[in-house]
Amino acid sequence: MSHDMNLTLQVWRQKDAKSEGAFQTLQAQGISPDMSFLEMLDVVNEGIIKEGKDPIAFDHDCREGICGTCSMVINGRPHGPKERTTACQLHMRSFKDGDAIAIEPWRAKAFPVQKDLVVDRGAFDRIIAAGGFITAPTGTAQDANCLPIPKENADLAMDAAACIGCGACVAACPNASAMLFVSAKVSHLGLLPQGQPERMIRVRDMVAQMDAEEFGTCTNHGECEASCPKGVSLENIARMNRDYLKAKVVERPPVASSGGF
Amino acid sequence: MPKEASFLASSIGKKIVMAVTGIILVGFVVGHMAGNLQLYLPAHGGEHPLDAYGRFLRTMLHGAGIWIARGTLLAAALLHVWAAVGLTRMNMAARPVPYQQTAPQASTLFSRTMRISGFVVLAFIVFHLLHLTLGKVGPFEHGKVFQNVVQGFQNPGISGFYILAMVCLFGHLRHGVWSMLQTLGLSHPRYNGLRDRLALLVALVVVLANISFPLAVLAGFVKL
Amino acid sequence: MELKSNIPSGPIEQKWDKHRFDMKLVNPANKRKYKVLVVGSGLAGASAAASLGELGYQVECFCYQDSPRRAHSIAAQGGINAAKNYRNDGDSIRRLFYDTVKGGDFRAREANVYRLAQVSVNIIDQCVAQGVPFAREYGGLLDNRSFGGAQVSRTFYAKGQTGQQLLLGAYQALERQIGLGQVKMHTRHEMQELIIIDGKARGIVTRDMVTGEIESHFADAVCLATGGYGNTFYLATYAKGCNGTAIWRAYKKGAAFGNPCYTQIHPTCIPVTGDHQSKLTLMSESLRNDGRVWVPKKAEDCGKKPSEIREEDRDYYLERKYPSFGNLAPRDISSRAAKQVCDEGRGVGPGGRGVYLDFADAIGRLGKAKIEEKYGNLFEMYERITDENPYEKPMRIYPAVHYTMGGLWVDYNLMSTIPGLFVLGEANFSDHGANRLGASALMQGLADGYFVIPYTIGNYLAAHKPDKLDASHPEAKAAEEAVRSRVSRLLGVNGKETPTHFHRELGKLMWEYCGMARNEAGLKKALQLIPELRERFWKEVRVVGSGSELNQSLELAGRVADFLELGELMCLDALERRESCGGHFREEWQTEDGEAQRDDEHFAHVAAWEYTGEGKAPIRHVESLEFENVHLATRSYK
Ligand SMILES: Cc1cc2nc3c(=O)[nH]c(=O)nc-3n(C[C@H](O)[C@H](O)[C@H](O)COP(=O)(O)OP(=O)(O)OC[C@H]3O[C@@H](n4cnc5c(N)ncnc54)[C@H](O)[C@@H]3O)c2cc1C
Ligand code: HEM
Ligand code: HEM
Ligand code: SF4
Ligand code: F3S
Ligand code: FES
Repeated sequence: MSHDMNLTLQVWRQKDAKSEGAFQTLQAQGISPDMSFLEMLDVVNEGIIKEGKDPIAFDHDCREGICGTCSMVINGRPHGPKERTTACQLHMRSFKDGDAIAIEPWRAKAFPVQKDLVVDRGAFDRIIAAGGFITAPTGTAQDANCLPIPKENADLAMDAAACIGCGACVAACPNASAMLFVSAKVSHLGLLPQGQPERMIRVRDMVAQMDAEEFGTCTNHGECEASCPKGVSLENIARMNRDYLKAKVVERPPVASSGGF
Repeated sequence: MPKEASFLASSIGKKIVMAVTGIILVGFVVGHMAGNLQLYLPAHGGEHPLDAYGRFLRTMLHGAGIWIARGTLLAAALLHVWAAVGLTRMNMAARPVPYQQTAPQASTLFSRTMRISGFVVLAFIVFHLLHLTLGKVGPFEHGKVFQNVVQGFQNPGISGFYILAMVCLFGHLRHGVWSMLQTLGLSHPRYNGLRDRLALLVALVVVLANISFPLAVLAGFVKL
Repeated sequence: MELKSNIPSGPIEQKWDKHRFDMKLVNPANKRKYKVLVVGSGLAGASAAASLGELGYQVECFCYQDSPRRAHSIAAQGGINAAKNYRNDGDSIRRLFYDTVKGGDFRAREANVYRLAQVSVNIIDQCVAQGVPFAREYGGLLDNRSFGGAQVSRTFYAKGQTGQQLLLGAYQALERQIGLGQVKMHTRHEMQELIIIDGKARGIVTRDMVTGEIESHFADAVCLATGGYGNTFYLATYAKGCNGTAIWRAYKKGAAFGNPCYTQIHPTCIPVTGDHQSKLTLMSESLRNDGRVWVPKKAEDCGKKPSEIREEDRDYYLERKYPSFGNLAPRDISSRAAKQVCDEGRGVGPGGRGVYLDFADAIGRLGKAKIEEKYGNLFEMYERITDENPYEKPMRIYPAVHYTMGGLWVDYNLMSTIPGLFVLGEANFSDHGANRLGASALMQGLADGYFVIPYTIGNYLAAHKPDKLDASHPEAKAAEEAVRSRVSRLLGVNGKETPTHFHRELGKLMWEYCGMARNEAGLKKALQLIPELRERFWKEVRVVGSGSELNQSLELAGRVADFLELGELMCLDALERRESCGGHFREEWQTEDGEAQRDDEHFAHVAAWEYTGEGKAPIRHVESLEFENVHLATRSYK
């Protein structure tokens, strides 16, 4: 058990969506390596409050890496230096005494900053609302085992469904593209037999909404996969490109969906 | 729900245009490189194989062939650039406030410089056409392809620019070829390793061969 | 106040069917004229909002997170029960019903539990139809595991992320309704008050957590699905934002609070490492299927490396005390057993507050690969937090507050004592009696939201004319005013201690005196200390910033203020329940070998507390419980 450390934080402070932001330098003293990164921020905030100043606003909830709420870029990496680890699960033992740590919010036009490190990720919800579902109104279901699903597909679907909607992929992408998030949902539902009826409409509408939210486009940098805390794979992006091509070029536009080409 | 964008207006649509035109362009560059290897063949019957090759290109299908080829290439290049510009616009708008600090994990120098490398290649093509097709640069004699090439490359300035352009082309292909496959949805855990090696192979072969031409001339290994 | 449970007559198997037929229906054309507010977007809230939207009601849904998908249900790991009997191992609706009543130590309402068991089957069908990627076998059919002390294999799971996948299913259905305009979603909105007009719940007052704006929302009925209040203990497996505010406001407006003292302490959580600890992390109970729990026989061995402690010096105390259930003994029992051995000084790790959960045998038996496939992500999580590799070194675990069986009292229709106020999921006093079995909360949340509320709310609405109200209504004005003055009061104290400081203090008190084992003296002490702490809070708390901005310390302060009142009621209820049952263990009532001792003669009832005003003692009402189908028996897992 190594002993406490002192760190220098460079934190982005921004009063609200309208105001300009700037970096503020803060000291974090007596930090135990067993603390999580957010617990370190708690300690700093306790100090700030006692001085009557405004504590650092940051998003967090479950603090066990599953809700996808925590969101901050630590030393240039979304969720910090540890692979497959959310900021709330990152522990201070990944740093050493005297380190300087830069903390920034997710940066994307589609994720406007609301305060300090807190951003608005409503765009993700709107993308899901546009088509990220299987239409199965309550009560319409048949017996669950009427529909055997090859284990491999079920497992692949699960891997894609593991996405926690944190937005680190967007934050990491040099183009601020949401392709990994969107493709994860397109793949999860597209890999399952239940998802087939809406498969083409789904990818069409979700991509349309993704573009409408003004995310960037994918030029295959692969940063998203590298900083995804759930290891969602680039294969999903390829799968979505495939489906989209099929949906827009091969499939006849369904009467239901507007537009087409 | 938004009225869905048309294929060409959509982000993925543009990407696919990028990829499809990419295939055409890559195909051309590879073939063209192969054709140019004839530079190393000895002259026979008074005419250098490269000249014969040039004549063949200009006369195939009673002269129609080359125009079909040129048409396709031009269209591909224009669409490619059009898509590139469109994507680049979207991407720049998508992050108004930049990061103070970034720590790239997976992206490469090549992936991050596609725009620059692409642009240099574009500039190269223009220059190259002026040089060897229209003969607006330096000594040029219509039909004397071999002679034009050798005389051109004897000028270190010209050779230098060719080599620089080829370095950019390397970067562009190195990322571009695998990117193209990914964009077209060609991904499978079993073969994904291959995708990357293919990109490296294409980029290396094309560029090394292309660079060898000016060097061979400068070294006096190929002369009139 | 009288507690009418409204349990339908007839044999238990037919009650729900009969009731569904007897209930009034709302004419399809009229549904859109009714508005329903659903507070909460967890399994209960999201499934309710989506289902009601599908039916055609106008729905507005609220959550405090930035997205409905982040509700705390997302954290559930282990699985969800259903009486599918796919394993042909003797499961049935009746057995699930029986197990749940018995597991709840005979303090739940038979009729509700039976209905829960009945609809459990539909839940799995519904979720699979939505695309929830449950674990499957190579044959392509659904896999099951046995969980939380059940002797049949009836738990469905999706890796270690069952709650996440179930919630995403409900969330996607909800987003679909939002896209269709049937549901209006309000994220980052915290409910601060309940609006009651002419004795009926007609709306809520919320604070926009981004702008600080305080506004009223009106409807023909209100559903609270705001989850549990376990964060009263400060350290718990709950998300940091989980709070008792919504139900506490409702309680203070006249909704009876059922069994506030029933808290579940989960046996397998990662032990505390220091004062900086902000929450505790659960290690899914499914680990107990393959892990063996032990501590050293001799206190002096506790310092040693586990590998250095010889087999004969280890005490596999669960296997020893409960031969037939062994490591799978129910949560309350395993938790208490762990506390006992640690109290005897045989605990391991920092502060001697931990026991080993050892996979060596399982790895030897099944191989590392199999274990990795089953628990890989849990092992990773453990290593990430503790920096110890559970494949080589046994895990260290210790009990932590995990679930609150108590909550707002509701009748068979899930309606509280306030007409038009329905309570769903963990927020109600629920079907789990004094102890919840593993994998049955997800089941209950979804049962309430998908398959109960859509019927029972219709029955209520059918008897009421839809009518519009506006913010100028005096009741609404008053409620809004109450919220405003509360905010400015918090901002005005300007003391020297942070809200977290008081939350920690309260947590220590609750854990010490109202935790795993309780006794009269301790509870009386707590009942004197908590009001003192509350007083200090209102004198010394420091809340910076203003009310008209995103202000996280203000949010926290508001929640802590409510916990400081709620905690007192929990202790009071614990004091008044002079018996031991399930999660409620009173040291005065135990058998000679330390097992909980119920007093069915005096306490086979629900205690529902009525608020009587600031500083006044609440009134304890009782709803007696009849057991016609399961015979009252001492719960034995030996
Ligand atoms: C770590 C962990 C693991 C678990 N594992 C299992 C398991 O394996 N099996 C099982 O059956 N159960 C499990 N449980 C229990 C189960 O997850 C919960 O009981 C259940 O998910 C509660 O669902 P809910 O919808 O009632 O509440 P929640 O999911 O907590 O949702 C509460 C909702 O209310 C909203 N809300 C709260 N307060 C306010 C307010 N004041 N204003 C506005 N909105 C508000 C929140 O935003 C949220 O949307 C587990 C619990 C935990 C903590
Ligand atoms: C050092 C390498 C290269 C050499 C020696 C070379 C040589 C030539 C020659 C001799 C011609 C004229 C052929 C004729 O008119 O009959 C030509 C044409 C052309 N080259 Fe290259 N080239 C090289 C690289 C490239 C590259 C990398 C590109 C594209 C990126 C390219 C694109 C073209 C084009 C578009 C034409 C015009 C074809 C036509 O329409 O006539 N060349 N090249
Ligand atoms: C003419 C000027 C050019 C410009 C401005 C340009 C620009 C770009 C850009 C910005 C991309 C997208 C980056 C990415 O998707 O990873 C791209 C991709 C690509 N370019 Fe070019 N390029 C040009 C010419 C060429 C040429 C001459 C070739 C072939 C030799 C080529 C082959 C490719 C390929 C194969 C791709 C990958 C397509 C994809 O990613 O889907 N480009 N180009
Ligand atoms: S894909 Fe990964 S990084 Fe992107 S939102 Fe999902 S979990 Fe986060
Ligand atoms: S980093 Fe960005 S460019 Fe594509 S591969 Fe990932 S979205
Ligand atoms: S706080 Fe939930 S994932 Fe980090």
